[in-house]
Amino acid sequence: MNFLSLFVLIPALMMMGLFLSNSRKQLLFFMTAGASLLMIFSTVLTYMYFTERAAGNAATMLFTADTVWYSAFNIHYSVGVDGISVAMLILTSIIVFTGVFASWKIDPLPKEFFLWFCLLSSGVYGFFISTDLFTMFMYYEIALIPMYLLIGIWGTGKKEYAAMKLTLMLMGGSALLLVGILGIYYASGATTMNILEIAKLHIPIEMQYYFFPLTFTGFGVLGAMFPFHTWSPDGHASAPTAVSMLHAGVLMKLGGYGCFRVAMYLMPQAAHELAWIFLILTGISVVYGAFSAIHQTDLKYINAYSSVSHCGLVLFAILMMNETSATGAILQMLSHGLTTALFFALIGMIYGRTHTRLITEMGGLMKVLPFLGVCFVIAGLGSLGLPSLSGFVAEMTIFVGSFQHTDLFHRVLTVLACSSIVITAVYILRMVGKFLLGKIQDPHHEHLTDATWFERISVVTLIFFMFALGSAPFWITNMIHESVLPVIGQLVK
Amino acid sequence: MQYTLLILVLPLLSFIVLGLVDSKWSPKVAGTIGTLVLGIITALSYLTAWEYFSMHQVAGVYEKVIPYNIEWLRFTEFLHINLGILLDPISVMMLVVITTVSFMVNIYSLGYMVNEKGFERYYAFLSLFTFSMLGLVVATNIFQMYIFWELVGVSSYLLIGFYYTKPSAVAAAKKAFIVTRFADLGFLIGILVLSFYSKTFDFGILTSGNPSVFASTVGVSFMGVSVMSWALGLIFIGGAGKSAMFPLQIWLPDAMEGPTPVSALIHAATMVVAGVYLVARLFPLYIVYAPDVLHGIAYVGAFTSLFAAVIAVVQTDIKRVLAFSTISQIGFMMVGLGVSGNGGHEGLGYMASMFHLFTHAMFKALLFLGAGSVIHAVHSNEMNHMGGLRKYMPITNWTFLIACLAIAGIPPFSGFFSKDEILSACYEFSPYMGVTMTIIAGLTAFYMFRLYFNIFWGKEHKHEHTPHESGFAMALPLVFLATVTVFAGFIPFGHFVTSDRANYNIELDTVVASISVLVAACSIALATILYRKESAVPKKLATTFSGLHSAASHRFYIDEVYLFITKKIIFNNISKPLAWFDRHVIDASMNGMAGTTQWFSLKIKSFQSGQVQQYAYVFLLGTLAIALMVIFI
Amino acid sequence: MELITNFLSGSVQIEAYLGLSLIMFFAGIYGFLSRKSLLMILISIELMLNAADINFVVFNRYLYPGHLEGFYFTLFTIAIAACETAVAIAIIINIYRNLNSVEVGNLDEMKE
Repeated sequence: MNFLSLFVLIPALMMMGLFLSNSRKQLLFFMTAGASLLMIFSTVLTYMYFTERAAGNAATMLFTADTVWYSAFNIHYSVGVDGISVAMLILTSIIVFTGVFASWKIDPLPKEFFLWFCLLSSGVYGFFISTDLFTMFMYYEIALIPMYLLIGIWGTGKKEYAAMKLTLMLMGGSALLLVGILGIYYASGATTMNILEIAKLHIPIEMQYYFFPLTFTGFGVLGAMFPFHTWSPDGHASAPTAVSMLHAGVLMKLGGYGCFRVAMYLMPQAAHELAWIFLILTGISVVYGAFSAIHQTDLKYINAYSSVSHCGLVLFAILMMNETSATGAILQMLSHGLTTALFFALIGMIYGRTHTRLITEMGGLMKVLPFLGVCFVIAGLGSLGLPSLSGFVAEMTIFVGSFQHTDLFHRVLTVLACSSIVITAVYILRMVGKFLLGKIQDPHHEHLTDATWFERISVVTLIFFMFALGSAPFWITNMIHESVLPVIGQLVK
Repeated sequence: MQYTLLILVLPLLSFIVLGLVDSKWSPKVAGTIGTLVLGIITALSYLTAWEYFSMHQVAGVYEKVIPYNIEWLRFTEFLHINLGILLDPISVMMLVVITTVSFMVNIYSLGYMVNEKGFERYYAFLSLFTFSMLGLVVATNIFQMYIFWELVGVSSYLLIGFYYTKPSAVAAAKKAFIVTRFADLGFLIGILVLSFYSKTFDFGILTSGNPSVFASTVGVSFMGVSVMSWALGLIFIGGAGKSAMFPLQIWLPDAMEGPTPVSALIHAATMVVAGVYLVARLFPLYIVYAPDVLHGIAYVGAFTSLFAAVIAVVQTDIKRVLAFSTISQIGFMMVGLGVSGNGGHEGLGYMASMFHLFTHAMFKALLFLGAGSVIHAVHSNEMNHMGGLRKYMPITNWTFLIACLAIAGIPPFSGFFSKDEILSACYEFSPYMGVTMTIIAGLTAFYMFRLYFNIFWGKEHKHEHTPHESGFAMALPLVFLATVTVFAGFIPFGHFVTSDRANYNIELDTVVASISVLVAACSIALATILYRKESAVPKKLATTFSGLHSAASHRFYIDEVYLFITKKIIFNNISKPLAWFDRHVIDASMNGMAGTTQWFSLKIKSFQSGQVQQYAYVFLLGTLAIALMVIFI
Repeated sequence: MELITNFLSGSVQIEAYLGLSLIMFFAGIYGFLSRKSLLMILISIELMLNAADINFVVFNRYLYPGHLEGFYFTLFTIAIAACETAVAIAIIINIYRNLNSVEVGNLDEMKE
């Protein structure tokens, strides 16, 4: 048993604690204790990772462990982390931690809510630590299913429709994925499902042509790739706050991570040949999502379309296939995770007070909710790429990296993708200007109370990490950069 | 010169402290902290300037000094963003300008903003702005410049929208940010193109004059234009956005919605000249690799200058007049750079442009602060609510007059010297350019004195309470800046800032000087006749040239064109259809798939009736069929 | 009496028994498929079960006279059939109480 498995076990223990508890106080105790433990643990892991690397361990994956799970199909439970997974684990811990605080007053059925929440997070953690295709896929499914109940029961608006749509579309994606994974396994002739082992083998090019699009699209659905992104606006708009946070913040990153780790890593030739199709699709995502966001009036829809645009940039950068843009993609995953989680947290908090999310029905909230307002502006500025916040570092790394491509087509696409920074500014400032600034429109809004202490914890933690990533990027870029190299090496070869 | 780091760190700390304490401290404490910090860094900047200009000259050329240069973010082996401090003549000069004006504005605001809500916030934003602007000018590489470029954009947004409950201020802030952001896109792409070929961001390498840096650009062109022209042209777009060059000037007049001291600091003296500074910073590249772009800059500058001057003549809001005058004067600086050659006398334009930047910052800040003082007294921005104020506000009157004389180019005030150098450079470039710029200078003198007489002379307007001179905190900066304006012209600027960083002795071109003084004097005389006493002539003129007058007062409808493009085309014809397309085509096709599945399942549902007898029937028939098949086949 | 002695002595042909059970079985199938009343369907099922029982006994008697498995099996089946009938009748009675009818066609309350 490897200590990485603790990431899956702690949520399981939290679930047991939840079973035993019988009051909201106890529930929250177990949740905060578990979430903090996960935070601490991911910090320790990062530290261990750095010391191990500093000690000269140059293996692709560190802290690996392997247990036979079902020998007939060569399914192993194998774990291991590299810089990318460590970064993702930190992100997940932050989002889980802040998500707990953001759902402090969840009603009804708090116990059941947190149970599903824990299951969801254990699925996400499991996905990031797995190095075995099958267990990876299994954890992916574990992360998807609770979504249905979380949105269907605790959501708002057209929640049943949204939950059904989200689950079905993502399940559709995972069906493609399953075919892709099995294809990889059989075509490579591997005797194991371990990614690192398969990477050493060669998959015949004609097989890659079949399975690369399947795998990439499968993960791409979760990464909100055009035209498979429509679950995102509806799903995010209906989901409860913490679920939106976790979903947009972390779950959407599973897509990008999977595309990079599985599709591109294992099928480099097809990736080279077919990248242009997906580059166009993701390029469309970037600009199209941003343009669509301009016209929305629901705060959550604006943010969901903005997620489409920003996550599109992740896939876009991955497909550029050089180390800088790939580093940028991972940074963008982190950055978007933090920013969008902050957005959803704030939107949830504002909605809890005003009972509307339409920017046309609000106005001048900065005056009555100064704390939330200021944080919202910070989130907005982070999203539109203000230097010193995380978005800038990520986007600039992507743009500079992508522009280093020697092919003119790629550079022209990069310039088009760059234009999204202007459109982002338009919709963010429009949103901020409409509902935070100006005069108070609804007299009921004059007596709203500002954030409570648990909301403040949630928001301040996220902002802190946005600043940390944005003002001192070097502590994490090196880690990501060296972990990106093996994959890029595979692609360049 | 290690202490230069403090110049950056102190305002940042001040921003963080003031931003975090919010309103827990009394406004006085916050204001004092902000001002004190600015005082310290102003002193440090003067020290830097003194030390730099007295010591760092090697073989008659000012050396570049880089006390700090830390790698902040690494992209590739060659491309990394460093954060550092680069001291060379123009950056040191900018340090002095920014800290001086900022310090004055901070003092002034103690009096001007004292009754405003959010006083701490105001000082926090001012500190943030000062930090960003200083970071911009001392940037060691083009990406650091871009970072701080964005930060000044945001501080400008925050400060314009300071009165956030006022819809017009919110709209103006948004407009300023988005327009400059659009321009920044050009800047960013320019950086990308430039770095793609040169493999570096560093100013030191870029402007070293070493041809091997750009060896890979030789013969490379895109759409018939060489890549260096593309790169430098795109970078200029960024500069044009910040410096409000045509057609990106639309945000600056609206930015006057911010508090007046902010307009003085950001939208007159410092941030708006960032574009000029950018071009000056990359001047060695423009002159060698893209002289055509440089000439383009000159024409854009000249056109903008003329355009803004014409509009300024008919505006009635005193801050807008000053805003258009700012645009016009920045146009002068751009022209100065555009017509300049490199080195020695050839580089006269460059030197003149920097000189004008320096003097303009002082007298334009003075004008804005004076206008603020007037607005403070009469609670209005409109000219026709003013008049005859000279009796009530002697200090403001005199300092304002000095500034007007300076901008009009009357010796011995500072504006005369710098503007005269630009005109000389223009005449050397081409006579047409020289004549155009002289006419614009005449227009400048005219509209400034129209403004002056309308405020301080003319018919007295009835006020609710008698206007009075503002307090000490507001008077001190006025007097200080007026003093600088009077004497700055005598600074031997050519000994400090030149295109090749070597000494250059300014010689007054007497012909050009006398022409320009004559033109300015005539314009002032005309303005005096028209506006000193109330007269019917201006109205008559306005009706005679009603077409031109209304077009100019509507700023030649450029805003309407933009509004049309953004609202009608982008919002209604791109964004709206896209959102519709997303809902009704993409999403509908997904829903359609779900619908088809459901429809199909409904169709085959009757097979699954739940009637066991029916199942048994089918089962039996099936068994029989199989039995028969087995038997007979 | 003669019938019993004939049976015990084995002088009755096996075909006679099998014929009987065949008739019983198909009567059961016919009843199962065509009857609408739950009670009649239940009776039809019983008929089919008993037909099978007869087959067990007869084959045991004629094919393996020394063994008793067929008889035991029949006894089990009878016991289970009794239980099944008891349960089924209980369900039918409850259905009747609730719906006032024991027609199979009417039992679609649980369907969507």
